Amino acid sequence: MTDLISGGTATPRVYKDYARPLWQRVLLTREGAVYAALILVIVVAALSVRNFGSPITMTYLLLDVTPILLIALPMTLVIITGEIDLSVASVVGLSSVVLGTLHQGGLPIEAAAFVAIVVGAIAGAFNGFLITVVGLPSLAVTIGTLALYRGLAVGLLGTTAVTDFTEFWTDLAKSKLGSTGVPTVMILFVLLLVVFAIVLHFTPFGRGVFAIGLSSEAARFSGVHVERTKFILFVLTGTISALAGIYYTLRFGSARGDNATGLELSVIAAVLLGGVSIFGGRGALHGVIAGVLLIGVLGSALRLANVTSDVINIITGVLLVASVVSTSVLNWVRAKRTRPGEPRKTR
Amino acid sequence: MTAETTGSRLASGLGGLLKARETGILIALALIVVVTTAKNPNFLFSSDGFRDLLLTPSILLLVAVGQAIVIITRNVDLSVGSVLGLTAYLTGRLFIDIPGIPIVAVFLAGLVFGGLLGLINGALVAFARVPALVITLGTLYAFRGINVLWTGSDRINASDMPKPFLALGTQSILFIPVLTIIAVVVLVAAGWFMRNQRAGRELYAIGSDPDAANLYGLNVTRRVLSAFVVSGALAGLAGVLYAARYGTVNSQAGSGFELEAVGAAVIGGVAIFGGSGTVWGAAIGAYLLFTINRALPILGVQDFWQRAVVGVLILGAIVLDRLLALRQSRKLVEARDIE
Repeated sequence: MTDLISGGTATPRVYKDYARPLWQRVLLTREGAVYAALILVIVVAALSVRNFGSPITMTYLLLDVTPILLIALPMTLVIITGEIDLSVASVVGLSSVVLGTLHQGGLPIEAAAFVAIVVGAIAGAFNGFLITVVGLPSLAVTIGTLALYRGLAVGLLGTTAVTDFTEFWTDLAKSKLGSTGVPTVMILFVLLLVVFAIVLHFTPFGRGVFAIGLSSEAARFSGVHVERTKFILFVLTGTISALAGIYYTLRFGSARGDNATGLELSVIAAVLLGGVSIFGGRGALHGVIAGVLLIGVLGSALRLANVTSDVINIITGVLLVASVVSTSVLNWVRAKRTRPGEPRKTR
Repeated sequence: MTAETTGSRLASGLGGLLKARETGILIALALIVVVTTAKNPNFLFSSDGFRDLLLTPSILLLVAVGQAIVIITRNVDLSVGSVLGLTAYLTGRLFIDIPGIPIVAVFLAGLVFGGLLGLINGALVAFARVPALVITLGTLYAFRGINVLWTGSDRINASDMPKPFLALGTQSILFIPVLTIIAVVVLVAAGWFMRNQRAGRELYAIGSDPDAANLYGLNVTRRVLSAFVVSGALAGLAGVLYAARYGTVNSQAGSGFELEAVGAAVIGGVAIFGGSGTVWGAAIGAYLLFTINRALPILGVQDFWQRAVVGVLILGAIVLDRLLALRQSRKLVEARDIE
């Protein structure tokens, strides 16, 4: 089906792909490769690293990656439209500080959390305003707001921290579902995942997101509200980042201005590793989840094996570079094999 | 007649200077220095104050110049902070492991090592045709990881390095710190090269429209590669100077520097999507960033707010660029309609 919206550039399918055996078709897609790597790492770790298979390990792994998982959801959509949001970790810090200062000022934690989420939404809306209304590049805007929001967070609270949170909430952030070892917070994540997956993959809005990434001009002519869609997505990254900030604060029981510094890089690394094209127009949420888990499982297994976090940094970096370079090498090989005159797949 | 042409050239030169994007930031910088000095004369008129004003931003200046060159080609180098950290540690290690090594050799080693790291970035970007943002995000992690792995909990202290080398970090010639002289020499060379050399102009052409540059026959791959090598080498040089200036180097030296460098370039009027801006602007941006940092406490603002001010400056700079571009295009349209 050559749907005008989802295939904005109207690239004809290369039918040769379907002549390949099933295993090649599954493994040679980006998502397939990430899944294969994830399963491989889990199997190797379970066999060779002591205690990796225990529920406690899984709990900590999931607790650790939850902020990344949460923010990766809207970030996936933003990157699919060809934009980027570097300010997410600063919004995490800002919402953490808002939560902390308001709670310290006597506001009940539920109300403080609500205000923190509203602040996150406003921060996202400000990004969206500069990008869609003023028409500035998102990379430059969010480098600026990365500094601005972090500056507001650190400025409001200085180097002090707010730590007197109600035990009920801090315990809830760390609690597990019965004896399964799955953190309670996963319920929130799964709910959000379902909503995002439906919106991205099964609604006109989601098809619009892909269309914008392939060609925003073509999308506009096809009736997609390009500016409005992007604005909504930036509000979403702000809101979900604030949510992640509240979770982060409660989990460590500490509201600080420098909470989650540098998290934006982990989120973007995970999204790109999960097969989302930095050029926009290509990607899927299930691949991104696998990407986040791959980084999380690798980190957790290596830590248990007494490998330092620096090696994990190296591996994250090399994985990221390898994943993008391999795509372009594959494209190059494919282009070589395609007869001249035949349309070349560039993505 | 010659006097006339010199005169008109001077006039057009002056007009260009007034219109230049860099003048605005320079005025902002001067304004901050004047206001802060009025509040506390020591900011400028004590010997320490004057020296710090010139000295502290010099290291960022080097990195920002390299960053500007890369951004002009429509790329970005996020790994500079990690490259700086690696070469700073390398500097200390060379002094410890090879006693009596000449200082010049250490400088060369820093330059070459930084250049090699830049070559890795450049090769991945230019040959694989992958966005620099992703590649250098990856190498930012990888280089920092290698740095921490290599350094461990080890730390280079001032006592590990020879006195004459450390003196470079504090000494002045005619009231001007040596580090600043080095930085300014690099800046002038880069500024001249980008303005007058064919290779420099080609970098602008590539940034304006990579496809057109390619069709025109410019060697895009080689030029982008060399821009990254220059950026890496300058970050390497900055690493050596970092060791000389601060005396202590641990595994986290220079982390977060990439955003300061990009920020300096953007504030200095280098458009993030390539093709316009100058290394001069990036240098002034670097000075503006660090001068604000020192001015805030004197002006009665807690220095916690420094990052927020930097954020506002970056946003202000890009909004200004956008407004100027809109006015320019409107003028061009008007000019076309008249003819």
